[in-house]
Amino acid sequence: MLVDDKKTRTGHYISFVLLLGAAALALLPLYWMVVTALQQPTLTVTFPPEWFPSNPTFLNFSRFLERPHVFRWTTNSLLISLAVTGVQVFTCAMAGYAFAKKQFPGGNFIFYLYIASMMIPGQVTLVPLFLIMSRLNFLDSYWGLILPGIAGPFGVFLMKQFLATLPTELIEAAIIDGCGEWQTFVRVILPLAKPGLAVLGIFTFMGQWNEFLWPLIVTNSSSMRTLPVGLALLQEELPMQYGLLMAGATFAAIPMIVIFLMFQKYFLKGITVGALKG
Amino acid sequence: MVALRQLGKRVFKARWAYFFILPNLIFYAVFFLLPVAWSMVLSFLDYQWWGIEFVGFANYSKVFADPIFWKAVVNTAYYTLGVVPLWLGKALIISALIFPFRKPLQTFFKAAFYLPHVTSAVILSMIWLWIYNPPFGLLNYVLGFFGVDPVAWLGNTLTAMPSLILMQVVMGGGSSIVLISAAMNGIPTYLYEAAELDGARPFQVFMRVTLPLLKPTLLYLVVTGTINSFQVFTNIYLMTRGGPQFSTTTIVYMIYDTAFKQFQFGPASAMAMVLFVLTAIFALVQFRWLGQEVEY
Repeated sequence: MLVDDKKTRTGHYISFVLLLGAAALALLPLYWMVVTALQQPTLTVTFPPEWFPSNPTFLNFSRFLERPHVFRWTTNSLLISLAVTGVQVFTCAMAGYAFAKKQFPGGNFIFYLYIASMMIPGQVTLVPLFLIMSRLNFLDSYWGLILPGIAGPFGVFLMKQFLATLPTELIEAAIIDGCGEWQTFVRVILPLAKPGLAVLGIFTFMGQWNEFLWPLIVTNSSSMRTLPVGLALLQEELPMQYGLLMAGATFAAIPMIVIFLMFQKYFLKGITVGALKG
Repeated sequence: MVALRQLGKRVFKARWAYFFILPNLIFYAVFFLLPVAWSMVLSFLDYQWWGIEFVGFANYSKVFADPIFWKAVVNTAYYTLGVVPLWLGKALIISALIFPFRKPLQTFFKAAFYLPHVTSAVILSMIWLWIYNPPFGLLNYVLGFFGVDPVAWLGNTLTAMPSLILMQVVMGGGSSIVLISAAMNGIPTYLYEAAELDGARPFQVFMRVTLPLLKPTLLYLVVTGTINSFQVFTNIYLMTRGGPQFSTTTIVYMIYDTAFKQFQFGPASAMAMVLFVLTAIFALVQFRWLGQEVEY
């Protein structure tokens, strides 16, 4: 729509100001987190609060990083997120390729099973998974943290949606050129699927990095906690140390915010492609 | 016999397809389908470390006789009815405001509203605990200028749940905005031009043209938003622990508490089945509604 007369232009200014206000309100809590984290450790519980830290310092961050196991929580989170993402992206690309481009007995049935199970609340699996992990002696271990994360049906759906858009002639051409099935997948499909793989990878990583309930249940020693669980325990232990807590929250939030700012377009694309319609 | 052999042939011909789905299918079967099935079985068992016993519907009758479970169901409904309409209304208004602007500005606002979504619910809960803090928090400080006395937002039964809802509405809506904007951009411009030629005012265009065409997207968002709100846990765990006086105990919080604090796996599984059935009802409603696609 073109801005052609005075009335529409005024309307534009008004909506611009409204949008800025709403965006500021939505981002204010994150800003407040950073401001609190940058305060002097003693200042945070003094009144009145400061909108801009008059004397910013990283003291809260160094106090947070010096706490026991913080480094371990961070490496745990990183390791688990990377492992789950790697396996998910690869197995989902394989399965999505078969569902998108191959006809096989039972294929539709299995795919509808995946779709239908996206509606099942994950919490239904908590107790049985806990019992399985306990039987396998995987409680409080990396296996227990990683394995359930690999099983989500969402990735298969997302990859199928992406790969269905690739022209089938490409696969036929590859086969005529003498590529085997596996070669076709690795040499032709995977390179073309890169944007889709990136979207799935980013969303899987984000989901794992932020996951809370399962790591809370499956771990119980302080050294096996992930960053979100560790932060929640810290909140319990030192509920009034807001400077320290906000420094920890900022520390855990920054990797995802950086990834988001770097790969924005994949995030926005993933939301639209991932939406299941009818 | 012939049919069986033919099926065998077709399966053999498609062996690569099975090879491609197999790795994912194994993980999915062992760590998702099997647990779901086992959860159903568990809801009929008395599961103790010294032995397992079939108890029929005893877990269900125990759960349904528990007034706190009904309170959790009501609280979950309260939370959902609070969050979903406000959050969707916010997303709709913001998408409509964003729409007339140029692409880069649209992207800027979409990114700004989506940003809180990339941080975990743990972090957002920690921030809001600080904002809601009765003596020193930001909210009471700001309200103090208007002469409002400090309120223990999370500490009394009247304001605890609305405070949890408010937090979700202020921070949420980012992905809905992206989806609604995408749907709005998909509406053909000639429809707007025709409406303008007919002398429709912008508000009329929005109500009569845009809104009806957004129906599938909005219904999708209502259903997924409802299902997500049914599953709220992290905020409750960090901010209120279901209190005060069970005023913020939701179904999932109660499943967690029953299974992993009291180790009553049977009743916890029965509760999980109730959650499953409630979610399934909403999912089916979605499929019924969205079955009728809108045509341009």
